Amino acid sequence: MDDLYREVIIEHYKNPSYRGKLDPHDISFADNNPLCGDHIQIDLRVGTDGLVTDARFDGHGCAISQASADLLMESIIGKPLEEVKKLNKDSILEMLGIDLGPVRLKCALLSLKVLKAGVYGLGEASDSLVE
Amino acid sequence: MTLNVSQIRKDFPILEREIRAGVGLTYLDSTATSQKPLVVIEAMNDYYRRSNANIHRGVHALAEEATTMYEGAREKIAKFINAASARQVIYTRNTTESINLVAYSWARANLKQGDLVILTEMEHHSNLVPWHMLQAERGIELDFIPVTEDGVLDLGMYKTLLDRRPKLVSFTHMSNVLGTINPAAEIIRLAHEAGAITLVDAAQSVPHLTVDVQALDADFLAFSAHKMCGPTGIGALYGKTALLESMPPFLGGGDMIKEVKLRSFRPNTLPHKFEAGTPAIAEAIGFGAAVDYLSKIGMDAIAAHEHEITEYALERLEEIPGVKLFGPPADKKGGVAAFTLEGVHPHDVAQILDQDGIAVRAGHHCAQPLHEKFGIPATSRASFYLYSTKEEVDLLVNGIYKVKEMFG
Repeated sequence: MDDLYREVIIEHYKNPSYRGKLDPHDISFADNNPLCGDHIQIDLRVGTDGLVTDARFDGHGCAISQASADLLMESIIGKPLEEVKKLNKDSILEMLGIDLGPVRLKCALLSLKVLKAGVYGLGEASDSLVE
Repeated sequence: MTLNVSQIRKDFPILEREIRAGVGLTYLDSTATSQKPLVVIEAMNDYYRRSNANIHRGVHALAEEATTMYEGAREKIAKFINAASARQVIYTRNTTESINLVAYSWARANLKQGDLVILTEMEHHSNLVPWHMLQAERGIELDFIPVTEDGVLDLGMYKTLLDRRPKLVSFTHMSNVLGTINPAAEIIRLAHEAGAITLVDAAQSVPHLTVDVQALDADFLAFSAHKMCGPTGIGALYGKTALLESMPPFLGGGDMIKEVKLRSFRPNTLPHKFEAGTPAIAEAIGFGAAVDYLSKIGMDAIAAHEHEITEYALERLEEIPGVKLFGPPADKKGGVAAFTLEGVHPHDVAQILDQDGIAVRAGHHCAQPLHEKFGIPATSRASFYLYSTKEEVDLLVNGIYKVKEMFG
């Protein structure tokens, strides 16, 4: 438990640095976690060189989903989109520094699914994007 | 009338287990699925150990035995809901499949474009999506009895909706989130006066209350075994005989036929007409054992016990600063307490409670539109059954204080 609710997670949940929307933006996508109805929207700005120049997330969800979204935004700013496409489940677990069961894993991975669906221009955030 | 709860708890082997070293189980998720008493587990075990065979056409001893057990369970289930005949009880996989059976068979044969189906704003997805699907296919119209701020149905609005001459009124007997027990007999009477057929989603009521299909005058009534001490994978649809007889079959295959030729078939009589393929035989037998178990204890005594626990739980939860409860007061609801805790997502509440072995559910509980109505994405839900105790409520309350501390 102390593991699951590590200080870093509570901290990012309560005081996220990257919560909000970007207007204008180059990429914007939103989807839900069908298990709990949690909702995440992600906006990106991308430079002509293909680097992510800014990123924000918005929506509602549990501490795990919101903290992982915040950490994810932090990690992709300054990175090329091609590198963002390579992120997967392990990248998120590494950022969070915890191990998760199958149900909570869905919470943790929602932001990455939304991000990748947006980057690839897909209509839906699916599990296969993060495996 | 009071239950001997400590004795009852001994009937449920799972209640003795540790969730993790030194941490017992506080099971407050019976609305999702109930725990199973040993008699149910053993009834299914015995069937597999001693009597396993496919039912109906076999003439050997085992086939006869299995058929008797399978059909015997149907008799018990029929009696439990006071159906006039066991032929009116169709085995399905669960409540969802029972509702889909009505949507596929009765509704597709009887509803056309523009026909109105009335539902309510407190429905489980299982009584929404089959009608959305029919709406897309047939162009039927849907309208909804509103839920008031107190979490009860607005019957005044219902009467107004009935002026539009609906063909079907399909509603939940007891909300799986708010716990609201709807006045089913009155809703059905008014529907009949307006010339509509009724379907009752009784997934939460049959396990917890005395339900009498004849007193209710229900046309269809759907429920699941697994919420009433029985196994998963088996449920039932009750229907009035004339309706069931007039309906086309649902799934086609073995057992549901009287005669098959290369190019045609004649359907079987009730209830087999709606039971294609080898059914969940062991589960049906387990369902019968569950009904025996509940009948022996007495549904009125179970309802009274749950009421006492719910009253206590609402009282204790209300005392916690930041807790907001949803649904009507205890005298209008079953054993369900859905709540939010200010500043903490229900997932996190459930996860932290789990550390102390307290099992509650978090999410929209398959009632997303209802949550939208109240302007919240999710709730935490504690629910109670015949084995629930006040001590468990106390553990829940202490657990919530722990959550508050962690997120403080």
